[in-house]
Amino acid sequence: MHWEYVFAGYGIVFASLVVYVVSVLYRGRELSRQVPDDRRRFLD
Amino acid sequence: MNQTTGSRATRILGVGALVALAVMLVFGLVFSPPEVDQRDAVRLMYIHLPSVAVAYTGFAITLVASVIHLRKGSVFWDLVAGAAAEIAVLFTGFVLISGALWGKPTWGVYWQWDPRLTSTTVMFIMYLGYLALRRLDLPPEVRSRRAAILGIISFINVIIVHYSVQWWRGLHQGQTLGVDTKLDGMMLFTLFLSVVAFMTVGAWLLIHRFRVAWLEYQIGLLGFEHALAERRAENETSGLYGSGA
Repeated sequence: MHWEYVFAGYGIVFASLVVYVVSVLYRGRELSRQVPDDRRRFLD
Repeated sequence: MNQTTGSRATRILGVGALVALAVMLVFGLVFSPPEVDQRDAVRLMYIHLPSVAVAYTGFAITLVASVIHLRKGSVFWDLVAGAAAEIAVLFTGFVLISGALWGKPTWGVYWQWDPRLTSTTVMFIMYLGYLALRRLDLPPEVRSRRAAILGIISFINVIIVHYSVQWWRGLHQGQTLGVDTKLDGMMLFTLFLSVVAFMTVGAWLLIHRFRVAWLEYQIGLLGFEHALAERRAENETSGLYGSGA
């Protein structure tokens, strides 16, 4: 009972989380290419 | 050269977060029993409460990092504050959505002007303002300082949200977990598991989001240094630089 609310909640939360994670990782990958090794403090 | 924001530590943490989330989903959607009154809607608690935990922790990190930034002027802590706030805002969004979806079958409405719901929404909007402030076109030192001040002031609202169920009478239930908690053993275990899973995801995200912010800062510095070098070269060739004129 009430499964439609449960699936909507889990669906929205996990889909949003995946979108955010992918966007952060993608942006990190894009920026990493522009920064030389000697400026990569805190990244290892 | 590593061309990502990943490292050995984040990969281990990331795998741990994925495993914890998978186990949490199985327990939350399958093993945990329905509640007598709320029926299966109680399963929304396993994403609602852990999201609250991540949001509170994120805002607390923003508070501490903002205080340290104001005292030391450290760029590191300024970036930590911004990264933590962004993640906390995302999870506050999850709190509001999962709460509304839980409210409809339980209370009969998605929204009520209840003290807890209203103060949480105000907190969400305040920290959206904080994130907007961090994107304003201001000198970096001025922007960081103003963001740190707002990051400290905004935390007052977190305290109001937390104690709103005690200070004012409303529709929202009191604290779910406390000394006299009477939850079914499997529900309590699933809840604990969910908090661990979400906190692991939050920690993993914080590291990556901080690293993205650090890279953005470094690219900004590189651009500034490049422009400065060009200006010096121009001045040297035109005979103005170092001529004493």
